[in-house]
Amino acid sequence: MSLQVENLTVYYQTLKGRVRALEGATFAIADGEIMGLAGESGCGKTTLGNSLIRLTPRMRYIDGSVELDDEELPIWDAEKMNPFRFKKVSIIPQYAMSAMNPTRKIGKMTAELLESRKVSFKATLPELKRRLDLVELSHDVLDMYPIELSGGMKQRAVMVLSTLLNPSLLIADEITSALDVSTQKAVAEMLVEFRDREFVKSMIVITHDISILYQIADSIMIMYAGQLAEKASTNVIIHFPRHPYTKLLISSLPKVGVKHSERRLAGIPGKPPLLLDPPAGCRFRERCPGASERCLERPPFIEIEKGHFVACWKEFEKNA
Amino acid sequence: MLRLDGLSKVYKVGTFGGKELHAVSDVTFDVRDREVVSLIGESGSGKSTIGKMILRLIPESSGMIRFNGVDISTLKGGALKEYYRNVQGVFQDPFSSYNPIFKADRVFGMIREEFYPEMKDHEWNDKIDSSLKAVGLNPDDVLDKFPHQLSGGQLQRFLIARALLLDIQFLVADEIISMLDASTRIDVLNLLADLKSRGLSILFITHDLSLGYYISERAVILYRGCVVEMGSTERIFDNPLHPYTTMLMAAVPRLDKKWEQVEVELKAKQSEYTGGCAYYERCPLADKDRACATERPTLIEAERDHFVACRKL
Repeated sequence: MSLQVENLTVYYQTLKGRVRALEGATFAIADGEIMGLAGESGCGKTTLGNSLIRLTPRMRYIDGSVELDDEELPIWDAEKMNPFRFKKVSIIPQYAMSAMNPTRKIGKMTAELLESRKVSFKATLPELKRRLDLVELSHDVLDMYPIELSGGMKQRAVMVLSTLLNPSLLIADEITSALDVSTQKAVAEMLVEFRDREFVKSMIVITHDISILYQIADSIMIMYAGQLAEKASTNVIIHFPRHPYTKLLISSLPKVGVKHSERRLAGIPGKPPLLLDPPAGCRFRERCPGASERCLERPPFIEIEKGHFVACWKEFEKNA
Repeated sequence: MLRLDGLSKVYKVGTFGGKELHAVSDVTFDVRDREVVSLIGESGSGKSTIGKMILRLIPESSGMIRFNGVDISTLKGGALKEYYRNVQGVFQDPFSSYNPIFKADRVFGMIREEFYPEMKDHEWNDKIDSSLKAVGLNPDDVLDKFPHQLSGGQLQRFLIARALLLDIQFLVADEIISMLDASTRIDVLNLLADLKSRGLSILFITHDLSLGYYISERAVILYRGCVVEMGSTERIFDNPLHPYTTMLMAAVPRLDKKWEQVEVELKAKQSEYTGGCAYYERCPLADKDRACATERPTLIEAERDHFVACRKL
């Protein structure tokens, strides 16, 4: 097991109180697995990604443990996390396009970045150039400022930088959302290639676009309002989902070949609960067509079939 | 209803405006009554520029936009106001479309001041209620609230309701659902389809092919300001002819099909206008020494209601 997360709980401290953005996340990612993490905006997917590498100032670690390659990550301690960042865990942040220092040439910035981790830039340079070739960037970009690159080029440059030290875990946060479809495809396929070449052992790809995950992910985890709803292999999530939220979500996505006049798709009525003071029990309860008394209690995230985890009482009953 | 004729937009760029950027070049298509036309293109293809020109937010450089036979660039004063009574737009980001320090219903108040100053209070309130109901909102839930108290989907429907207050005939919907969540997206899309059945024509600007397919009868594919393919949505999707459209269809992530092994050209796009085919630099079919580089291809009817601008067909 490459990554093992147990009961991870992270809240945001605000003036009005604690926002329960991530509660009781328990899951594992195998070596070489690309796990897609999907959900609506505000469901806590970015919070989960960030909490594995760096808690932002307003984030409060509440509970849980994270193990990477049988080693515990001290995610609650910003200082102690330093040896792990970049070397073991790395992130391609949301808005990677603005992630680079605009006042440094990309080569200089990389050198500084490596020095801060006590790695020699000179020794890494051949590998860096090899990887730039791989993502079809010319070596000249090292001598350019970020502003001279197009969005897709910056994205690819950041991908190379983030994975330069072969981390065990890469978190890719919404890296394709701001790109054109053709660039999107190229970038997504590069992620797979990075895994195949073992630059990165396993990956969490965070996105709201499930169709991208269908193309590249081995497994997909769906989050709803700060809690895990379902995790299974990509094929199972898309074709045989069990959680009512996943079912409604997948069936609401328009596909090429579906026309309004022939088949009218339906959305999910209602909206997610506010996480400042969320209702007890299953958080999807109010929008769920099959909710019952039982749902007042929070359903655990249980493996109902091999590799298929669901948090829904109805599904447990069916399986029992 | 609306006809675009040889429409172009040229921006002056560079330090002293010495260079020209052809954001839209020679675009001709029409939107008929009760029809949804999708304008599909990637970023920088000029699709929003066309929407803005239709709404007269920016002037055209050459060409003409006719609304029910009248050239809209000639409209002034009362006639222009009458035009806005018929044609309205809704834009991508619902959050920045509102002034955050005023209540959201202020957008309705402004319509009343401008267009219906004579109307009585109760008549006006009935009108608001009916147009909110038409977009699937419950007036009690959404009126008298600030923008931050409403969700993105609600705000977006609010803006459509605002447009409906004017009994419009034509709506420019510029990427109106790309900022919404998947579960509310489809509701707004269904709403557009319902409006169409009530007699509205819609120009649906999007980069998402599956959304375009879901809602529209006809589609126009743009690449760098040029129409490369247009016609009935089904014909374009079932039988894409232009190499750009083919590439686009292959690259769009879909839920029913995995990506095939299609080579996607990653070459940097050049912004200079060469006079040839807009897709020349990335095209796998292009003749590198002949007409493709120098002559602009014209739209040819490949089959009934399916036009394509490519020399190689």
